[in-house]
Amino acid sequence: MKKQTATTLRAFLVELVIYAALVVAYFFAVLHFLGGWLYQLETQHRYTYAGVAILLIIGQAVVLESVTTFLLRMIRGRSE
Amino acid sequence: MFFPISNSHISPIYLVIVGFLIGILGGFFGVGGSFIAGPALRLMGIDWNFAVGTDLAHIVGKSVVAAKRHRALGNVDLKLGLLMAVGTIGGAECGAQLIQMLKRAGNVNLVVSVVSIVVYVSISSFMVWESHKTLRQKPRSTGTPSSATAKKADPSSFGHVTRRIQRFKIRPMINLPVSGVTISLWVVILVSFIGGLFSGFLGGGAGYIRMPSMVYVLGIPTHLAVGTDLFEIIISASYGTFTHAVKGNVDILIALVMHTGAAIGAQIGAISTQYFAGPKIRLAFVPLPLIGAAIVIYTLFTGHKL
Repeated sequence: MKKQTATTLRAFLVELVIYAALVVAYFFAVLHFLGGWLYQLETQHRYTYAGVAILLIIGQAVVLESVTTFLLRMIRGRSE
Repeated sequence: MFFPISNSHISPIYLVIVGFLIGILGGFFGVGGSFIAGPALRLMGIDWNFAVGTDLAHIVGKSVVAAKRHRALGNVDLKLGLLMAVGTIGGAECGAQLIQMLKRAGNVNLVVSVVSIVVYVSISSFMVWESHKTLRQKPRSTGTPSSATAKKADPSSFGHVTRRIQRFKIRPMINLPVSGVTISLWVVILVSFIGGLFSGFLGGGAGYIRMPSMVYVLGIPTHLAVGTDLFEIIISASYGTFTHAVKGNVDILIALVMHTGAAIGAQIGAISTQYFAGPKIRLAFVPLPLIGAAIVIYTLFTGHKL
């Protein structure tokens, strides 16, 4: 049981490190470029902005969920 | 990091950590976590309207992640979630209208504060009583629920009242095979409408009302109530995000950054539910409404909005 907990904890920490690196890259690459465009959209086309906002957050959720699930499977192998 | 939409400077690390903590709570308890996210954004100097709208957008993303994970664990009743979304949206609109009426009468802050304190404390007190009683009655059956059968046999000391509500046969009756319940559609709509009413009236997603009422009134097993509530939140919070975004209250960039932390927190929270029995999850839920009550009492006595 203790061995299993240690394995889970190690897998989680490895996942956290990989995830953090991906998130930092994401901040600089995506949000930096999106910022200006979204600001313009928010000030000039509110309804389009509202739709884009929902699509972006749902899209990010689906992608991040897939990334974290993939990382978990990759690290833990078949035990997940 | 500068966020041009809300014209604010906030550390992305702070946002990720706040998102992570709220993600764990959301994944485990099926709540939006607005009672923490709102004050956390306010602490960084964001206007109240942006805090509310941005928080809703972040809740949508976090709920997608947590609901997907719960669905993989078999904890989501899609039929029930869709039906509840209808009542929630209707209730939220009525709650918002009620707020407008109180604003015109000039006593909105006092009424909302008193109502929320009473509601939060009542929920916590009831859940402490019920989960303690259930845990004392069934000391051997509260181990790790490893199978779907164990989840469906979620014991509750309030079960006799729930069964009486389920016998309330006003047509149309709906069968919810995933939850193992047959119940009047009107009861489902009424429960979700009340949840929505509190959501519109007190702000946030009102998961602290909907999750317990799904368990105690509809008789949904706790694990399924958590997962289904999250699925339902995706729909109602998306609606809220859209209306707030149109009014200029959403900084989606802040929500996206917060969500990077929430995504992993929600997964951890959702996976953790596997290791706890229903009554233990309900007992652990108790501090959440009390935190909400403490925030309202602080606001009421100091005049500062957190």
